Amino acid sequence: MTYLYAAYIATWVIHIAYLTSLLRRYSRLRNEINELREKH
Amino acid sequence: MKRAFPILAILTAILLSYGLYQALVIAPTEQTMGDVQRIFYYHVPSAWTAGVLFFINFVASIVYLARRNSNVDALALAAAEVGVVFCTIVLVTGPIWARPVWGIWWTWDMRLTLTLVLWLIYVSYLMLRRFSTSGQTPVIAAVLAIFGTLDMPLVYFSIWFFRTQHPQPVMGGGGSIDPRMLHAFLVNLIAFTCFGLLVCWSRYRLEVLRREVEEQQALESLLELRSPR
Repeated sequence: MTYLYAAYIATWVIHIAYLTSLLRRYSRLRNEINELREKH
Repeated sequence: MKRAFPILAILTAILLSYGLYQALVIAPTEQTMGDVQRIFYYHVPSAWTAGVLFFINFVASIVYLARRNSNVDALALAAAEVGVVFCTIVLVTGPIWARPVWGIWWTWDMRLTLTLVLWLIYVSYLMLRRFSTSGQTPVIAAVLAIFGTLDMPLVYFSIWFFRTQHPQPVMGGGGSIDPRMLHAFLVNLIAFTCFGLLVCWSRYRLEVLRREVEEQQALESLLELRSPR
């Protein structure tokens, strides 16, 4: 069972890490968009 | 699509939860391998989804070379990136499954080696996209992606062409499968495909937005340079 849980946990850790990186990139982009709007 | 996205995300989450329940609770325990065989319900759908995403990357790369459309290039990049994530899962869950069944984490057999080569090709594709500053980067990346795709049929057919440690496929390989196992497998296959396509779509939207912001910033810098001080 240890190997089974390890595989399932590893799968979701990789997915969650990638989704978190996407969210970070999105929020960074939002800040840049706000900065551009403030300039105008 | 913007309005449909939260609904699709919720549906995919429900499907993934149902798939997990099917894989861990409903599907019967395999007689030879025991519970560790349940890794199959994540390992194979992840490999399938990676294949679908690399195929999208392949088609988008061909279309980009023909039409030079920036949005198509963004789609190719998004598909490759999400495909690498799924391929990473295949390369992680595979050895975790192999250790208790084969007694080894890794062996340099054809299927495993070609999958690793496929992963390396797409990682180099992403590194090229990330670090090259040449204006020709999208063209070079598209050509690399087309050549990279040639490895996909080799990965799939390697178990027929060569003597490998990796087992034959359950479907199309002459084997039979318990209907409850098949149901759990198909649910996870659909769930992972929907999840992969949804993440790819989000990454595509992010890439398009990033390019628009970069264009706007470049325009702003030009205007600042031209304006009298």
